[in-house]
Amino acid sequence: MFPAILIEDLTKDYPVGFWRRRHYRALDRLSLSIEAGEVFGFLGPNGAGKTTTLKLLMQLIFPTSGRAEILGRPIGHVDARRRIGYLPENPYFYDYLTAEELLTYFAQLLDVPTAARRKRVAGLLDRVGIGRERRFQLRKFSKGMIQRVGIAQALLNEPDVLFLDEPMSGLDPLGRRDVRSLILELRDQGRTVFFSSHILADAEALCGRVAVVAGGRLAAEGRLSELAEFTARGWELVVANLAPEALERLRPLATRVTEIGTGRYTLELPLTQAPERIIPEIASTGATVVSMNPVRETLEDFFIQRITEAGTGARGAMAEGEHARR
Amino acid sequence: MRAVRHIALNVFRESIRDRVPYNLVLFAVLLIGSSFLLAQLTAGQDVKIIKDLSLAAASIFGLFIAIFIGIGLVSKEVERRSIYSLLAKPISRPQFIAGKYAGLVLTLAVNVAVMTVAMYAVLGYLTWIESPDFKASWEAPGPDPALLKAMFLIFIELMLVTALALFFSTFSSPLLSAALTFGLYVAGNFNTELRNFEHVVDSPAAAWGARVLYHVLPDLSAFDVKTQVVHGFPVAAGYLWSTAAYGAAYIAALLLAAMYIFSRRDFK
Repeated sequence: MFPAILIEDLTKDYPVGFWRRRHYRALDRLSLSIEAGEVFGFLGPNGAGKTTTLKLLMQLIFPTSGRAEILGRPIGHVDARRRIGYLPENPYFYDYLTAEELLTYFAQLLDVPTAARRKRVAGLLDRVGIGRERRFQLRKFSKGMIQRVGIAQALLNEPDVLFLDEPMSGLDPLGRRDVRSLILELRDQGRTVFFSSHILADAEALCGRVAVVAGGRLAAEGRLSELAEFTARGWELVVANLAPEALERLRPLATRVTEIGTGRYTLELPLTQAPERIIPEIASTGATVVSMNPVRETLEDFFIQRITEAGTGARGAMAEGEHARR
Repeated sequence: MRAVRHIALNVFRESIRDRVPYNLVLFAVLLIGSSFLLAQLTAGQDVKIIKDLSLAAASIFGLFIAIFIGIGLVSKEVERRSIYSLLAKPISRPQFIAGKYAGLVLTLAVNVAVMTVAMYAVLGYLTWIESPDFKASWEAPGPDPALLKAMFLIFIELMLVTALALFFSTFSSPLLSAALTFGLYVAGNFNTELRNFEHVVDSPAAAWGARVLYHVLPDLSAFDVKTQVVHGFPVAAGYLWSTAAYGAAYIAALLLAAMYIFSRRDFK
């Protein structure tokens, strides 16, 4: 059985400069394997190589070296394209078409049978929350509404593999919730979802596995909970009705104490302080534990640390790419 | 083939919604207005002038559509990134180019057809109001069927200009594409001068260069039979078809080159 997506040593260099003799390496020997039915998060800061990877998989750009397969077929194969959906980053569609016309046009290109076309277009626009506006020209749509139309067009052929480039971009909280539930729904239907994001919370809520890219290179890969960089490094407790003397007793145990209101504090505890031991102690002072959360390194922290350590930011990759070509 | 048809129909819809047909209204107003004015000012020449004016206007309006829409067909899609979603569908890049071209040719065909009908309507009206004695002085009948030959070659020429615009837009900016297309249109209309260049220069290198250019540049003057048609001179069917075949071959070469370049292009 072949993986849904297979990427092997995929590399992309862009020629730069007037004579185009220098090269900027946007992606550096990326290898990934994503099984069917997975929701896979492709994470990284801006300029890390996420969109480059997706464009390579869609054959909007061609690799300098390396190869990739989708559903066991080389990228760009028409059979594979019939079974995939793609939402580009910040999508843009034809201003002069209505949402309904755009989806009908794309459904025609996807050979969706005439009888099913109208029903599917209407159903998808309902699903992404485009109501009466579906008969308006897209020039009148907001960014969030265009994003919803973009998601609908990616689902027209009921794809086996869905590629979403920053699907939450431009969406309000309601929209983000809708997209999250849609991705989980697709996962439950057995579809493979490959989505890029720079927001760790999206990946945590949705993904079985993630890959993290920085400076065009794979920085980490695996289950988010298993990645050493993202394991809990402590606990954050919000406590209410904490008396001053009780606070003084707890202060030595905490790495940081922040007052957020009268008698209300945030206590940051090291991982060595087991919450099951501390919570009864807090309760015995008459205080209430409002919430308790593990403290993890944020994606931003991770990148800042990695980039500082390895000197492999986007600029670093450029310099190295240029160096490699000299 | 189905994908090409859908893309072509979408281009046609875009041109309709971008109000391209407005130029047809302008054409009709210009033609009708000038015909009445000229009928008052000239004696016996009005029909000839109307024919000249109609054919020239069809050519110029068509040229504007061919260049200004032609250069935007591909570059607009790339600049606005609407091509990303489109090319992720099961269509090839050559199909995309063929569809875009076919769509603009369809728009041009509708334009030329409407202009032809308007021209015949005005000529028919002039024929109807003039006296038989006056009509006897005309070199050719008012609504002369031979005018269709000129319109046919204008249409083939516009198809060629569209192919030029599309070809340039696959690898250069819209402004440069427009300049190159217009430059070639002008050069193409003076192409026959290049053939005679060797008789007026001493340098063999310059003569050789002119000969190469003569063969490489499109010979657009071959598509211009307006004068013959207006003055009632015959245009042989053989000439018509051989010129059309030359246009078709040139268009095919341009489209193949456009497809080749576009198929290798990165959309950064």
